[in-house]
Amino acid sequence: MFSTSMSWHDLGFVLQGAGVTLAVTFWAILLGTVLGMLFGLIRAVSPWWIAAPLGVVLDVPRSVPLLIQLVIINSFKSIIGVNASPFVVSCVVLGIYASAYCSEIVRGGILAVPTTTRRAARSLGMTYWQDLKEIVFPMALRVMLPSWIGLTLGVMKDTALVLWIGIIELLRASQIIVTRIQEPLFVLTVAGLIYFAMSFPIARLGAWLEKRWQEND
Amino acid sequence: MFSYTFHWRAAFQALPQMLAGAVVTLEIAVLSMIIGIVCGIFLALASGSHSKILRGAAAVWIETARNTPALLQIYMAYFGLGSLGIHINSFAALLAGIAFNNAGYLAETFRGGLRGVPETQARAARSLGMTAPQAFRIIVLPQMMRIVFYPLTNQMVWAVLMTSLGVIVGLDNDLTGVTQNLNVLTFRTFEFFTIAAGFYYVIAKIITLSARALGWRLFRY
Repeated sequence: MFSTSMSWHDLGFVLQGAGVTLAVTFWAILLGTVLGMLFGLIRAVSPWWIAAPLGVVLDVPRSVPLLIQLVIINSFKSIIGVNASPFVVSCVVLGIYASAYCSEIVRGGILAVPTTTRRAARSLGMTYWQDLKEIVFPMALRVMLPSWIGLTLGVMKDTALVLWIGIIELLRASQIIVTRIQEPLFVLTVAGLIYFAMSFPIARLGAWLEKRWQEND
Repeated sequence: MFSYTFHWRAAFQALPQMLAGAVVTLEIAVLSMIIGIVCGIFLALASGSHSKILRGAAAVWIETARNTPALLQIYMAYFGLGSLGIHINSFAALLAGIAFNNAGYLAETFRGGLRGVPETQARAARSLGMTAPQAFRIIVLPQMMRIVFYPLTNQMVWAVLMTSLGVIVGLDNDLTGVTQNLNVLTFRTFEFFTIAAGFYYVIAKIITLSARALGWRLFRY
C-alpha cells in the first residue's frame, strides 16, 4: 500500500510546476498591488462621481468566476490579434483580479486613518501630499498588510485555474503524473502538501502580524 | 484591426439553456452552503473544545481547506476518492469539494462569531435551567448569526463563483458546463462566455442585495 511508482524525476516535474505557480503569483501580485494602490487611493480621496463608478467597475472581477475571466480575456486577445502567451494572459487576468481586491484593502486602510489625525497633520502645516505620504500611508500600512498577505495567498491558490488555458503549473503537473502512474490519491496529496507548504507559513505570519499590531492600537 | 465578426444572435438563442444551467449552479451553491454551514458550526465548536483529538481533527480540516486551492479539493473528491474505490460523479465531487472548502472558511468565521457572543450569555441561559445544547441553540446561535451574517453572504457569492470549477472535472449541466458545451459546438467562445459572465454577475448581485435587505429586516434592533 505504501509503495509508489512516482519517481524523483516526477517529483522534480511537479516542483517545476510549483515554480510556475510561484512565477504567475509573483507577476499577478506585482501588477495587482500597483494597480490596486492606484485604484484604492483614487477611490478613497476622489469625489464620489469618480469613486463610485470606479467601485462599480472594480466590483466586476470580484463577481465573475476567475475561470470565465480567463477564458474571456484569452479569446479576446485572439480577437484583437494580440499575440500574448497564455502565461502573460494569466498574469494579466490574475493581476486585474488581484487589483480589484487590493483596491478594496487600500481604500479600507486609508479610510481607517481617523480624520482628526489627518486634520492635525494639516494644521501642523503639512501639505495635502505630505499628509498622505507621512501620516496616512504609514498608518494605513498596518491595517493593510495582513489583508494583503491574505490576498497574496488567495491569488496563489487561484493560480490553479490557469491550467484551463494550457499552462502547466503545480496542479496540472501533478495531473500529468497521475495520468501516467495512475495513483491520484498519492500524487494529489503531494501536490496538496506543496501548496500547503507554500501557503501555511505565510498565513501564520499574517495572523501573527494582525494580532501583534492590534495590541498596539 | 478586427478581422472577427461577433455572432451575438446564436449566443442569445442559447439563453434558455444557459438559464437552466444557472439554476443548477445556484442549486449546487445553496446545497454546498447548507452542508458548509452545518459542518462549519461543528468545526468551530470542535476547535474550541477540550478534547485534543477533536481540536486536532478540526485544525486539519480547516487548515487544509484554507491552504490548498479549491480545485485541488475538488480533484481530491473526484480522482482521489476513486482510488479508494469510492466513485462519485462530477456533480457530487464538485459539491463535496466546495462544501469542504466552505466548511473550512466558515469555521473560522463562526469561531470569530462565537467569540463575539459574551460567555455570560451562555452562563445566564444555563442558570435559567436550559441544557447546554438548548443554551447554544436558543441563546448563542441567534446572536452569533447576527455577527456572521455578512461574512456568510460573502461566502455564498464565493460558492457560486466556485461552482464554475465543475467544468474542469466534466460537469456539463451547470452554467459554465452548458457554456462550454455551446462553445465546443460553435467556437463562439467570447460571446458565450461573456453572456455567462453576465449571468454570474447578476446572480452575485441578487445574492448581495437580497442579503442586505434580509439583514436589514432581520437584525435591526
